[in-house]
Amino acid sequence: MQQGTFRVKTGLAEMLKGGVIMDVTTPEQAKIAEEAGACAVMALERVPADIRAAGGVARMADPTIVLKIMEAVTIPVMAKGRIGHFVEAQIIESLGVDYIDESEVLTPADDKYHIDKHQFTVPFVCGAKNLGEALRRIGEGAAMIRTKGEPGTGNVVEAVKHIRMVMSEIRQLQNLPNEEVSAFAKNIAAPLELVMEVKKLGRLPVVNFAAGGIATPADAALMMQLGCDGIFVGSGVFKSGDPVKRAKAIVTATTYYNDPKILAEISCNLGEAMVGIEISAIADHERMQDRGW
Amino acid sequence: MMKIGVLALQGAFREHCWMLEGCGVTAVEIRRSEELDKVNGLIIPGGESTAIGKLMVQWGLMDTIKSKVKQGMAVFGTCAGMILLAENIIESDQPRLGLMDIVVVRNAFGRQRESFERDITVSELGAESLKAIFIRAPYIERAGRNVEIMARVEEKIVFARQNNILVTAFHPELTIDKRVHKYFIEMSRKA
Repeated sequence: MQQGTFRVKTGLAEMLKGGVIMDVTTPEQAKIAEEAGACAVMALERVPADIRAAGGVARMADPTIVLKIMEAVTIPVMAKGRIGHFVEAQIIESLGVDYIDESEVLTPADDKYHIDKHQFTVPFVCGAKNLGEALRRIGEGAAMIRTKGEPGTGNVVEAVKHIRMVMSEIRQLQNLPNEEVSAFAKNIAAPLELVMEVKKLGRLPVVNFAAGGIATPADAALMMQLGCDGIFVGSGVFKSGDPVKRAKAIVTATTYYNDPKILAEISCNLGEAMVGIEISAIADHERMQDRGW
Repeated sequence: MMKIGVLALQGAFREHCWMLEGCGVTAVEIRRSEELDKVNGLIIPGGESTAIGKLMVQWGLMDTIKSKVKQGMAVFGTCAGMILLAENIIESDQPRLGLMDIVVVRNAFGRQRESFERDITVSELGAESLKAIFIRAPYIERAGRNVEIMARVEEKIVFARQNNILVTAFHPELTIDKRVHKYFIEMSRKA
């Protein structure tokens, strides 16, 4: 019997596909998410919008919160650790969490290196803005990728930019003759072996979710139509006027993303969406997507 | 050509489709009741059984699938699919099809860090062992008399059949071994 193999790690992400992973900060919110049909929850102390508002250094959540959320639901529970902070990751792993997000939403703990994720039994998900970044993270052992977007903004534009970039780089790669692949790998600073695999598969070798700014069912369906495998909703649910209804609608939109009639139906009377932030209003040094290397 | 449906509400339906195409049958993604009229069999994939179950209720798939399977359509549930087919689920009142005379335990082997892969042998599929991948997997605690037990892991039932219903606690769609899918395609052909 083998545990913690790459196939077992990527396997859980495969099972999450076509589903919605919701940020929650209390056991009550976790139950609402599960009841709405979330395929997993992300246990946090504060949602990204509040982290952004609070400023200062954002760290992993108090383990008490994570454990209470794990007790409250039967679906998988994820938790965030800081980029490069392998001890936070060890602590989160010891809690029995199902997935660790090495996340730019928290303040990075290392300005040069990410965690060596191969050393862990628990799988990791990491953010990426482009193909090179995605493949560097997979090379370090990430078993799932998500777009970075711009967390806590309720503005989907950055997530769209990131998935479009990844998809367009993959299409470009597929059209290259073999002798040009190693220069391509060098340009995007990605391991050649993984670049070859992407060329062969025509997609990333792991599941790729959307994250960072999804606030409405239409946002979720947009990201699915652009080629994402599933959706993370951070502040979008519990910072809205009617979390129960919105959570359910985003779940439905992620399954029926190709059906405008259903999307119209579930978009009716959802109440206030979270207040969005225009990206240009965010100072460069406050952009979470630029964290990570 | 033979058509097999794959319930595509949430979970690993893509891998089942690839596997079916690899076996030379047409895979049809199922999201609406009427799409079930076109297929000879149905696969309910792995995913989150609570999420899939709620969407099945919401879109009227629960009743349609129940009546089709009762009329003889072959159905194959992997992991979450097995949970949804079970009559009894320990400590859960979640929506289900409840078509198979089994009692299942969810996340029975533990959380993700306890997920594992191992070789198992299934006499119906030949002498060569099968790579079985268990992800937060359930097992069958008890099975009725009309249930044929096809494989166990540490005494726990992980592969079983009851007439036109086939279930695995593990994920054959995540490997390249097509034997389980071929076995199910044969079941659908005879159904």
